[in-house]
Amino acid sequence: MTGATRRDGYPVRVTVNGAARTVEVSSTETLLDALRWNLDLTGSKECCAEGECGACTVLVDGRAVNSCLVLAVESDGLDITTVEGLETGGPAGGRLSRLQDAFLEKGAVQCGFCIPGMVMAAQALLNENPHPRPDEVREGLAGNLCRCAGYQRIVDAVLLAAEEDA
Amino acid sequence: MSAPQIGVSTRRVGGRERVTGRQRFVGDVRLDNLLHVRLVTLDCARARIVAIDTTDAERVAGVRAVLTAADLPDPMPRFGPVYADRPVLAVGETRFHGEPVAAVAAETEEAAEEAAALVRVTVEELPAVLTVERALDPDAPLVQDPCLRKGPLAQTNTLREWHFGWGDVDAASAPCVVENTYTFPMVTHFAIEPHVFLASADHDGVTVWSAIQHPYLLQSTIATLLGLPIAKVRVIAPDPGGAFGGKQHAKFEPLVAFLALRTGRPCRLALTLAQTFQAVRRTAYRVRMRTGFAADGTIRFQDVVTDGLLGAYADIGVRVISKSTYLMCGPYRVPDARVHVRALLSHTPPATAFRGFGTPQVAWAVESQMDEAARRLGIDRLAIRLRNLAHRGEEVVRGDKPADGDWHEAVHKAAEAIGWGNPLPPGRGRGIGVAIKSSATTGASYAIVRLHMDGSATVMAGTSDMGQGARTVLAQIAANELGLTTDAVQVVMGDTGVAPFDLQTSASRSTVFMGTAVAEACRDVKRQLAGMATRAFGADDVGVGNGTVAVEGRTLSFPDLLVAGFAGVRGEVIGVGSRRGEADTAHPLGGAPSFYEFNCTAVEVEVDRETGELLIVKHVSVADVGKALNPAHVEAQDEGAAIMGLGHTLMEHLIFDEHGRIVNLGALDYRIPTTKDLPLELHSLLVENEDGPGPYGAKGAGEGGLFAVSPAVAAAVTEATGAVIRELPLTAERVWRALRTEG
Ligand code: FES
Ligand code: FES
Repeated sequence: MTGATRRDGYPVRVTVNGAARTVEVSSTETLLDALRWNLDLTGSKECCAEGECGACTVLVDGRAVNSCLVLAVESDGLDITTVEGLETGGPAGGRLSRLQDAFLEKGAVQCGFCIPGMVMAAQALLNENPHPRPDEVREGLAGNLCRCAGYQRIVDAVLLAAEEDA
Repeated sequence: MSAPQIGVSTRRVGGRERVTGRQRFVGDVRLDNLLHVRLVTLDCARARIVAIDTTDAERVAGVRAVLTAADLPDPMPRFGPVYADRPVLAVGETRFHGEPVAAVAAETEEAAEEAAALVRVTVEELPAVLTVERALDPDAPLVQDPCLRKGPLAQTNTLREWHFGWGDVDAASAPCVVENTYTFPMVTHFAIEPHVFLASADHDGVTVWSAIQHPYLLQSTIATLLGLPIAKVRVIAPDPGGAFGGKQHAKFEPLVAFLALRTGRPCRLALTLAQTFQAVRRTAYRVRMRTGFAADGTIRFQDVVTDGLLGAYADIGVRVISKSTYLMCGPYRVPDARVHVRALLSHTPPATAFRGFGTPQVAWAVESQMDEAARRLGIDRLAIRLRNLAHRGEEVVRGDKPADGDWHEAVHKAAEAIGWGNPLPPGRGRGIGVAIKSSATTGASYAIVRLHMDGSATVMAGTSDMGQGARTVLAQIAANELGLTTDAVQVVMGDTGVAPFDLQTSASRSTVFMGTAVAEACRDVKRQLAGMATRAFGADDVGVGNGTVAVEGRTLSFPDLLVAGFAGVRGEVIGVGSRRGEADTAHPLGGAPSFYEFNCTAVEVEVDRETGELLIVKHVSVADVGKALNPAHVEAQDEGAAIMGLGHTLMEHLIFDEHGRIVNLGALDYRIPTTKDLPLELHSLLVENEDGPGPYGAKGAGEGGLFAVSPAVAAAVTEATGAVIRELPLTAERVWRALRTEG
């Protein structure tokens, strides 16, 4: 979906990265489409479009959600955080969150296509469990596929962010 | 001058964009006035196309074009990296499930979708060739039209055949002969970024967007198909979101370009993950191998028949098969060898490059043979490898490039790290495997380095950064040569309209080929700076270092020299560098490898006898990389390769039904490793003897970690349980069954 002419438009009010937004969406459009094409937040990615890869992970009220599985029309009133909302101080010259920085510090990023979803899933994990054990991180990120990395560095990055948070 | 930039783990260039979501992948490219494209495909692999009726499709509001073979030039334009055999749209007959017979371009995705479903295709399904056995059957239907092929093989499904070898296998004898058949199935690349293609007719040419590994090859492919000068075709290749060989060659870019020209509008085709599975896949192998061993484990001969299963079109799979089987004796000294290889066509998606380029398929057989010989002869599996492994300077293929690394050092390192020989708890076993891959043989890379007034630099290079970190390592090389930090270097890639020619990003060649070109371009800059200093100061005694210039005892920074040299008028110094590997027509592969990529993998595995499930307790990968320019990047690449190797070892295979349809099409049914499949311990170790042909003694890296995973894991299962498995993947079900037959 790329935000071209729509036959049916429904207004949906959401809070995205702290700002109230109203978007016109079609009845078949997913939350992922609406974020990417209506709100120009292309950080969230689409891979499987069936809830199996986690590339589209966003936070809804602080919890990880596969945005490809949510219909945009059902998102009315939700508080959504996307990867674009993790930096503090705005996108230009903004400061990376501890978690984002830990991903770079540990060399957890390769092609980066899975990374927005991975970071959001990790953020959700830390929201619920600020000091996870390694096996809890492995369990918590099992819904997010990465084909490049050996996963080890991703797990290490989450543990590093949790440690710094102590 | 800043500290050395080589051998240090600088952060990834482009990393910040990737953790913030700002990195623009091809799917994030926005074009105004866009049309959306949908493919029309059939529900089976092979069918005769009787008629196509587009009337209803054309009536859908918003549809701008419905393209069929009849709308394209006659004869149908065809393309491919080795043989121009792939049509832009299927004509007469489809040859694999997912091959489009028509395409729709419309104002919205919904309209395109609706219209694609309304294209009425009358077909007659025909029997398909899906296996090695069937492809070799003289009664099987021909996959390709014999009119399109030359020579006696045109009337068969064998696309090509090779005979490699040396010595006299018939005269060779051995007290221990191990003879087995090994199979390696089709698997899919599963880059997390599915394929997206855009094209736009611009001025008097065309611009194509594709996350492609080889933008310059795509550029000339499009130019040939459209009858345009190369200069009028611009390929913009945003950094791929993972590629692994699956994004090397043209797929639907030509189709989208034809649609853009026809409609006069920019067109976009985004494949679903399922369609991405159908686009290309790894070449499947059946290897029949007869290996002779002396009583002490010395290899006496290697006698091999290998069949590689291509898809309906040759793509680069045909080269995968010849290049990998040329090294069918692995990294070992073998006095007599005979290798018969066939590349077979089938009604399946085209087989293409996939990390390792056939090496994992070859190593699966070679290394499993070594393990079986060791068991039969009562020799330690590590010892039998060390007995046969080539030392530096010894040939692995008679008359060709000898071993170019200290491979024994790598094996000892792996053995030590895995604790080879230490007692094991019940239910556990260890395995070790080695393999070499022939790197790039020929090809050219060009680079431009621009030194700016303030001393910062722009590197222009045609390499694709698909996650391997090419931007980072090229920035490091330039920074090192020019006395900068990587922050002061901008690397411009991914646009044939801007960066100079690079043959391809594959075969772990970029650090060696493009790295050398960048280093050379920096030296060109420095030569020009020396000339500038001589002119500006009338001095003969000029020495240009990394970032500074010594002029008759005075030391100037580059910016100071530029200010003096350009005398108030601004400018920049432009250096050019290249690295060419010329073809050798006498060589069976067209040229000797520029280096070998060597890996040793060792694992400790626990087998659950009740379920057949395998737990990778410890996984060690040792790569001989010459020099790690960025150690963390090299290790991360190798770890990724190791996990990918566990994927095809433990769980991955494409399954076809009798209609030639992939049954496990998509993430739900085709499983790749997740964090839960991570070995309890994973170690990537490097051997660095600065003995590679690249800058600072580097060799290519990043593929090796998956070469020998399968034989190592299978041997560990055998040690733990006695069960021997020669088919991949080692799924719980397959292991469980093997345990039952083992009694
Ligand atoms: S795209 Fe949403 S889970 Fe894969
Ligand atoms: S970094 Fe490439 S898919 Fe995860």
